[in-house]
Amino acid sequence: MKKASILMILGALLLTGLFKFPLWNIMLGAPQYPEPLGMNIYIDGIQGMNEFDIQNIDGLNHYIGMKTIPKAEDMWEFTVFPIVIGSMAALGVLIGFLGFFGKVSYHWFLGWLVLMTILGVLGMYDFNAWMIDYGTNLNPNAIMKLQNPDGTPMSYKPPLLGHQKLLNFDAYSYPRLGGYLMGLGMLFTLIAFLIGKKSKTKES
Amino acid sequence: MKKYKFQLLSLFSTLMLLTSCGNNNGQNKSNGALNSNAAEKVYVAPGEHDEFYAFMSGGYSGNLTVYGLPSGRMFKEIPVFSQFPTSGYGYSEETKPMLETSHGFIPWDDSHHPDISQTNGELDGRWIFINGNNTPRIARISLTSFETEEIIEVPNSAGNHSSSFVTDNTEYVVAGTRFSVPIPQRDMPISEYKGNFKGALSFISVDPEHGHMDIKFQILMPGFNYDLSHPGRGKSHGWFFFTTYNTEEANSLLEVNASQNDKDFIAAINWKKIEDYVNNGGGTKMPAKYAHNLYDEATHTATSTIKKEVLTVNPLDIPGAIYFLPTPKSPHGCDVDPSGQYIIGNGKLSADLTVHSFDKMIAAIESKKFDGEAYGIPILKFEDVLAGTVKSGGLGPLHTEFDGKGNAYTTFFISSEVVKWKLDTWEVIDRKPTYYSVGHIMIPGGNSRKPFGKYAIAMNKITKDRYLPVGPEMEHSAQIYDISGEKMELIYDFPTHGEPHYAAGCPAELLAPKAKKIYRLDENKHPYAVKSPDEAKVVRDGKEVHIYMSTIRSHFTPDNIEGVKVGDKVYFHITNHEQDFDVPHGFAMIGQNSSELLVMPGQTKTSVWEPKQEGVWPFYCTDFCSALHQEMQGYVRVSPANSNVELSWSLGD
Repeated sequence: MKKASILMILGALLLTGLFKFPLWNIMLGAPQYPEPLGMNIYIDGIQGMNEFDIQNIDGLNHYIGMKTIPKAEDMWEFTVFPIVIGSMAALGVLIGFLGFFGKVSYHWFLGWLVLMTILGVLGMYDFNAWMIDYGTNLNPNAIMKLQNPDGTPMSYKPPLLGHQKLLNFDAYSYPRLGGYLMGLGMLFTLIAFLIGKKSKTKES
Repeated sequence: MKKYKFQLLSLFSTLMLLTSCGNNNGQNKSNGALNSNAAEKVYVAPGEHDEFYAFMSGGYSGNLTVYGLPSGRMFKEIPVFSQFPTSGYGYSEETKPMLETSHGFIPWDDSHHPDISQTNGELDGRWIFINGNNTPRIARISLTSFETEEIIEVPNSAGNHSSSFVTDNTEYVVAGTRFSVPIPQRDMPISEYKGNFKGALSFISVDPEHGHMDIKFQILMPGFNYDLSHPGRGKSHGWFFFTTYNTEEANSLLEVNASQNDKDFIAAINWKKIEDYVNNGGGTKMPAKYAHNLYDEATHTATSTIKKEVLTVNPLDIPGAIYFLPTPKSPHGCDVDPSGQYIIGNGKLSADLTVHSFDKMIAAIESKKFDGEAYGIPILKFEDVLAGTVKSGGLGPLHTEFDGKGNAYTTFFISSEVVKWKLDTWEVIDRKPTYYSVGHIMIPGGNSRKPFGKYAIAMNKITKDRYLPVGPEMEHSAQIYDISGEKMELIYDFPTHGEPHYAAGCPAELLAPKAKKIYRLDENKHPYAVKSPDEAKVVRDGKEVHIYMSTIRSHFTPDNIEGVKVGDKVYFHITNHEQDFDVPHGFAMIGQNSSELLVMPGQTKTSVWEPKQEGVWPFYCTDFCSALHQEMQGYVRVSPANSNVELSWSLGD
């Protein structure tokens, strides 16, 4: 149980990587952008891969009537996410310590993981909803109003995960270091749960 | 009869085959088993980059062109001494001061010898210098923005030809005069040239941090023609060598009268000694008038100031600082090998090259073995300083470069060839024809202590049939030789722009990583810059109208302007708000007596328009900036001089 608790603490601490490293990344490459434009999505805001990438993405997006990339103060998420992640990390560490001293059982590890997963899914859902709005809620006076072959207005929603062709751009959307660390942390807590369960079975 | 002919032909071709086999065998010995393929050597695949930069002087274009080696592809023409409508250089209000001189605004010059800045005798890639030959000037070009940053005029000089070469640590960029002239200039009979005219050799200090140039001192030498020059390297660092011709001091029909002396001189100048002398208060300040033009990248604006004084040095006041080395046959190029030991005089009316030894020169000076003097300057004995003679078999040697492997490459104008020879033994190793009548040759770093001896570029004076004919006037040709083997191999031939005299080259990795992509808008300190489109405005100041305008894909802010009147002087101050690599915007106004502007991201440039007729007059972006480039346009309403139309401006109303 001690080993499992340490793993639980480590897993929870890995979440704090999100304060330093980006959660997600979207890259936009095109023939005339051999060095692709890119944005890193952090829990507290969006930053360009290079200094002027956001400005340049906004410049290109104005042709198709997309809104500008939101600043940190434009979205409540960028205030709430750090609180949620910070709280979850603290909670995870606390559970780990309590587990270490035998105050709580390994079920709490799973409980934490379930809560974290629910929050993660909600976060992804919210992120996707924002991208749908961003890619489809276009300025009616946009310079270029493109339609799909079936006559519906073209959407420019970047993929939630993976690659998608958007006009001349290839959009790639993948987790970044912060996201991977979070995933690893959650995996640790799962293993912590499993080790805890195993050791409990041995004891009994 | 037919059959006989055929037999003869086949016999002939068999012979050819035999001979060529023989040749191939000979070549195989030197090049290894695989015969190289010239096409492969120069082929740089689409999207790939060249191995070297080459900066070719533009000669009478007044500019500097940037090429890649070995592909021979041209990347850019950098405007230096000439107005350049492509970018608006010399037309925009910001860059007009760059072309100011003591003679007023001059839209042109003849650019000759580029040289890259050095540290410890090795290329450091900070700046490149080039001389204006006609109205003597030296320019400094940034090797991060690849734009001209500074031009200094050289007073008391005429035909600024033995220029612009840098010392081992870029302490000085040196400018020598080709013509000797009365100093100071005065009204006097030309026939009284001899003994009265002087040749000024100018040592221009270079600030190590900013590169700013200042004439430290001018040596007023006897009235010869100072043709070319080269700094000492390594052991001879602290000396500078100048070839001279017309030591006869003829003032007319020089082709005959300046070719009478069997030997002219290489002037050896101990500049360190003279530097000490002037640092200790030596020299005479004399009134002069010369322009110093400085471009500030932060304000995107050049200023021109006229300087009023120059420090001159009389050689007789510093005994032991200057000597003459007799050198046969009106030497042209003056070159020093990477070790600094050999000083090569390319006697242009000769078949041979004269190589002087620095060590022998010092020994001769120390033992005071002189062969008379010229205007008080000691002449060393030819035999005492001679290291050797290269019996080339060519005719008309002009310039020599080095590969850093103990070999030298000399161009021969008259016999139209490059000759490779060995330092120390003076033996000729190889010779290859050039097409035609080669002037300079350039090996990247080939005049420094550390040459990159892979390619040599011959810059030719005569093109004739090398390319598809384009009428009587055509570009010059250059040839690339692979010099990595024992024998030189001609691998490519390409046209150049203007008349490249000299060139300078360096490895791509020295410059490519630090090349600027954009100017930062937040660092733009132009007094008429607009940092945000809502700052765009139009201001009237008497008859002057200042339009503070911004551009971004794909519109001008503002694009409708009213209230301008006939007789106004309208300044369009245009700031490009893009911060994306390679997104310039242009500007051109109908009927404008000027060129267009090409404004780089983050930059501000100003164009003047003096409307002469009332009406509604359009302007547009001249650079195909985006899919909606054609929409990037606007109108200025011009009302009669006495009209009371209010000044107004708008976008998208």
